[in-house]
Amino acid sequence: MTHHTHHEPQSFWTKYIFSQDHKVIAIQYTITALLVGLFGLVLSWLMRLQLGFPGSFQFLNPGSYYQMLTQHGMIMIVYLLTAILLGGFGNYLIPLMIGARDMAFPFLNMLSYWVYLVSVIVLMAAFFVPGGPTGAGWTLYPPLSALPNAAPGSGWGIKLMLVSLVIFIAAATMGGLNYVTTVLQCRTKGMTLMRMPLSVWGIFIASVMALFAFPALFVGGVMLLFDNLLGTSFFIPAVTLFGQQLPREGGNPLLFQHLFWYFGHPEVYVVILPAMGIASDLISTHARKPIFGYKAMVLAMAAIAFIGFIVWAHHMFVSGMNPYFGFFFAVSTLIIAIPSAVKVYNWLLTLWRGNIRLNVPMLFGIGWISTFIIGGLTGLPLGNVVADVPLHDTYFVVGHFHLVMGVAALMAIFGGIYHWFPKVTGRMLNETLGKLHFWVTFVGAYAIFFPMFLMGILGVPRRYFDFNALQYLPPQTSALNIAITVAALTVGAAQLIFLGNLIWSALWGKRAEANPWGATTLEWQTPTTPPPHGNWGAQTPTVYRWAYDYSVPGAERDFIPQNVPTEPQVLVGAQSTVR
Amino acid sequence: MTVHHSPNGHRDSVTPARVGVWLFLGVATMIFAALVSAYIVRMGSSDWHSLPKPGLLWVNTAILLLSSAALQWATIAERQGAHRSARLGFVAGAVLSALFLLGQLWAWAVLHKLGYFLNTNPSSSFFYLLTAVHGLHLLGGLIVAAWTVRSSERLQLFVTYWHFLTAVWVVLFGLIVLT
Repeated sequence: MTHHTHHEPQSFWTKYIFSQDHKVIAIQYTITALLVGLFGLVLSWLMRLQLGFPGSFQFLNPGSYYQMLTQHGMIMIVYLLTAILLGGFGNYLIPLMIGARDMAFPFLNMLSYWVYLVSVIVLMAAFFVPGGPTGAGWTLYPPLSALPNAAPGSGWGIKLMLVSLVIFIAAATMGGLNYVTTVLQCRTKGMTLMRMPLSVWGIFIASVMALFAFPALFVGGVMLLFDNLLGTSFFIPAVTLFGQQLPREGGNPLLFQHLFWYFGHPEVYVVILPAMGIASDLISTHARKPIFGYKAMVLAMAAIAFIGFIVWAHHMFVSGMNPYFGFFFAVSTLIIAIPSAVKVYNWLLTLWRGNIRLNVPMLFGIGWISTFIIGGLTGLPLGNVVADVPLHDTYFVVGHFHLVMGVAALMAIFGGIYHWFPKVTGRMLNETLGKLHFWVTFVGAYAIFFPMFLMGILGVPRRYFDFNALQYLPPQTSALNIAITVAALTVGAAQLIFLGNLIWSALWGKRAEANPWGATTLEWQTPTTPPPHGNWGAQTPTVYRWAYDYSVPGAERDFIPQNVPTEPQVLVGAQSTVR
Repeated sequence: MTVHHSPNGHRDSVTPARVGVWLFLGVATMIFAALVSAYIVRMGSSDWHSLPKPGLLWVNTAILLLSSAALQWATIAERQGAHRSARLGFVAGAVLSALFLLGQLWAWAVLHKLGYFLNTNPSSSFFYLLTAVHGLHLLGGLIVAAWTVRSSERLQLFVTYWHFLTAVWVVLFGLIVLT
């Protein structure tokens, strides 16, 4: 099959709305995810207002606080991070970076976005139904999430939440099947697996994980929905509610925890692996150096993915599990530190004596290394049963997962957006605003989350609406809470600068060259910028080398694109034909 | 189907559709594995009572096995160029599958009559849940097949999916009968 099977869609509707072009779908995913994320950000502001200045805001009460807490967590992890990294970056980068014209199944790809949008609409609808969205915590543990009147939003809210998740899983599965199949089947001539850029590797491995992890949440979610709607007791034990014995017995709440975390822990890597891949490409490109230890980077990601499936119960150390199980899960958890450390050393060694350009993508790349190290290291005490027992459910945990999964992933996402925006829109993002965005976000994130480690060690419990009744807390905790709130509001404001920059630059930004960063990977070698439908014009490129030929001794320029033949006598412009 | 290039030419028999279907089998395996492990865990509670097993389930199982056999016959006929036999096998397989689904609904009715509802006991909850999830996979497969099975490759993939669902049912049925 050749190029002419790809008809350029003509009407506005098929070109921009119901498009099957992976680039349009990527933009749709990204914009939707960023808007949902903005909503999640506002929720975090409201929570911080309560924690910093308890009692000052009448519209905040314990019920609405739990609703915000639940929705903030779910929105950020599932509907922002997962959606933007796989649906946004995955869709845009995979076909372009491997030299394909589109995804393997373009129709399924389009369907994936629209199903995702439906899941977002159902999620948002919960804010407008009687009782509001569920406030059962983002982990949705039963019996709290399964019983009537146990948590806010236990009527409509929890049902919509579960339905939305099930729909999201359908969307993510359609996307995941596409990403994995495309990487396996649609690589252009010469693009062997071990020549793929690490961004593609990260997204590929994360997609495999998502395919095999989401089913557990699907099953748990459907069973919880049955418990909610149809009177079953999969997860509901014998409960006395308001003095009345409920007609349920024997259900197993821990069973839900296992199903949830069998999804929930791999989900962390579904987010982190694409971020690792993107960060690797940012660091290598802007340090003008080949990535250090490419093979080790790929193997480390594969190892993290594999071990990531057998660590889930470290979220359940205090659930009363058999200590031998705890020992097993602690060991497997700590082993993940090894491939993670390999990656950190490789990033640092890539930077070492590189010709570092401190532009905005590189700043975010360095920000990624920093927050990933701090966030990752604070995971070690939590992975140990003995240290986890006192730290469990304190702000130490909040600081840890926000830094490693939230801030670090966002550093890679922001860096990626600044890096690829010129290819997507044909215009550069404003550099000054970008640097402002970086510094406020980077310093501010530490100002928010570093004190939380201290608070956690002091024993400040997470999920609390206020701490008035906790006599053992020193008065300084409330001062710390005020400082954190101020930092959170400031960092939030910086994100508005970023969104403004996106809109302004897309319309009026400086025109970008085809390859403004001097990058080697295929997406920068397209015939036009932004790439047209079908990406490559008449012929798809042929790949002759790996993705990291930066500063090759003796070469004319400090980068050699992947589609430049290795033999010097072959003309640089010679492209292969479509097979 | 869009353009695809396999970097090394000797993998032409592996098409994107084939990879996609096998990946989906992996996803479905995870779904049923999660259900089966939940079943086994929940079984351990003291409130679990064994469910009466309608004899009809044996008949249904036989029908599903026959549908798989008919579809297998269809692919063999298709490979030998006997398109009429292939068509016959495909239609027979589809009809038998529809019969299986009706039989499963009938089994639900039988249990209802015996007083076993969705919320009667975890064993009945799981019975309805497992048969529903499995049945929906079959139904979805039939709908997609009616739409897409236009080539012998697609037929082969559809039959692979069907054998998978038959095998899953044998496992689920074994679990239900033994507990």
